[in-house]
Amino acid sequence: MMSRFRHLISIDDLSKDDIIYVLDRAEEFEEIARGRKSDILEGKILANLFFEPSTRTRMSFEVAMKRLGGEVINVTAQEASSIAKGETLADTVRVVSKYADAIVIRHPLEGSARLASEFSEVPVINAGDGAGQHPTQTLLDLYTIRKESRLEGLRIALLGDLKYSRTVHSLIKALTLFNAKIYLISPESLRLPEEFVEELEGDIEEVELEEVIGEIDVLYVTRIQKERFPDEEEYRRVAGSYKITPEILREAKEDLIIMHPLPRVDEIDPAVDATRHAKYFDQAFYGVPVRMAILTEVMLG
Amino acid sequence: MAGRELVISKIREGTVIDHINAGKALLVLRILGIRAGSKETVSMVMNVPSEKMGRKDIVKVEGKFIGDEELNKIALIAPKATINLIKDYEIKRKFKVQLPKMIEGILRCPNRNCITNSREPVKPKFYVRIEGDRVVAKCYYCGKKIKNVDEFVV
Repeated sequence: MMSRFRHLISIDDLSKDDIIYVLDRAEEFEEIARGRKSDILEGKILANLFFEPSTRTRMSFEVAMKRLGGEVINVTAQEASSIAKGETLADTVRVVSKYADAIVIRHPLEGSARLASEFSEVPVINAGDGAGQHPTQTLLDLYTIRKESRLEGLRIALLGDLKYSRTVHSLIKALTLFNAKIYLISPESLRLPEEFVEELEGDIEEVELEEVIGEIDVLYVTRIQKERFPDEEEYRRVAGSYKITPEILREAKEDLIIMHPLPRVDEIDPAVDATRHAKYFDQAFYGVPVRMAILTEVMLG
Repeated sequence: MAGRELVISKIREGTVIDHINAGKALLVLRILGIRAGSKETVSMVMNVPSEKMGRKDIVKVEGKFIGDEELNKIALIAPKATINLIKDYEIKRKFKVQLPKMIEGILRCPNRNCITNSREPVKPKFYVRIEGDRVVAKCYYCGKKIKNVDEFVV
């Protein structure tokens, strides 16, 4: 069997058909993700090469690999940066690819995963390259949407930092493939970059949450980072006005789901967690079957 | 026209690059790798009147037939350029430059956080295409889009 992709660097490398294929495969892995034993990847070793810390993403890959019977070697951010001292990424990847059957890479520079794939003898999976791509996050977002809501005919609102959030950028691109109606809600200073909007072909509109809360199927909330603001006061003002509370949700559709890539700070009131709308912890879980689908695709395909 | 042609003398053999956007001849030379210390006999005119373009630049490189692939890179900054390959003062071949789909090593990526700007053993690589009346480039590695390609010629 030929794999659909050897490396997974950018969501743009996948067609709509490829995406649906990955989501279907992930569905098959859900039981294993919940604990049913499997040995599909027995004898395989995955190298987690993290040049900057991202505990959740690393753990999610590690769990996916282990539950499939495979093994994991971890290169922590600290180790990776000392390796990197005096060595090019190209060389590091050449060496690590001699030890493992696939590499998951997280690196602060944009384009690093693409470069790694050119020097690696084994498949490379991008787990975030600076402000660039993070395709497994996009796939798990899509999986969550399909599973807990609907992908076709979707009405979704993305709220928060739409300027710097790569998660949002990749997700919007992918959603245009499924003809979603996309609403953008953000403070003026954190709007979706013009340069990005130009490239898009889709049904996209900037709105206020109150205008659309009654019609959307998904509310995707992102973290508003303090560093993005000139001063603390401005941050507090903006962050406060974009907080999701049970009161705001009173107007929501019964089956609205709320997503968040986590970790959250103050964007979602903990009182929302107990409502049927909250799906962000399930979303985190879905990262496991989705990564299982990707790992098996590149290592066995 | 005859008088104007004298501004730059005919060559016996070599490559004439005509219809270069006014003022871009120096960049054309740079793309062709002709710079201080180069041995080629090169003549160049800048900002001469042109019927088609108002003003244009021309570059002539004597004694050398530059390859198509090399010449097509010129399209990056002078998409209307025409090439005349000259032998015994006669035009042997004439063609318009064609923008390649991808170019390597000519532009540097303006994104400071792009991996190509750290010391890795790769040349910057860009997808290029025409958008409206200008050429735009997109970094193969980080995806950064360049609308003012002239400013990033290495």
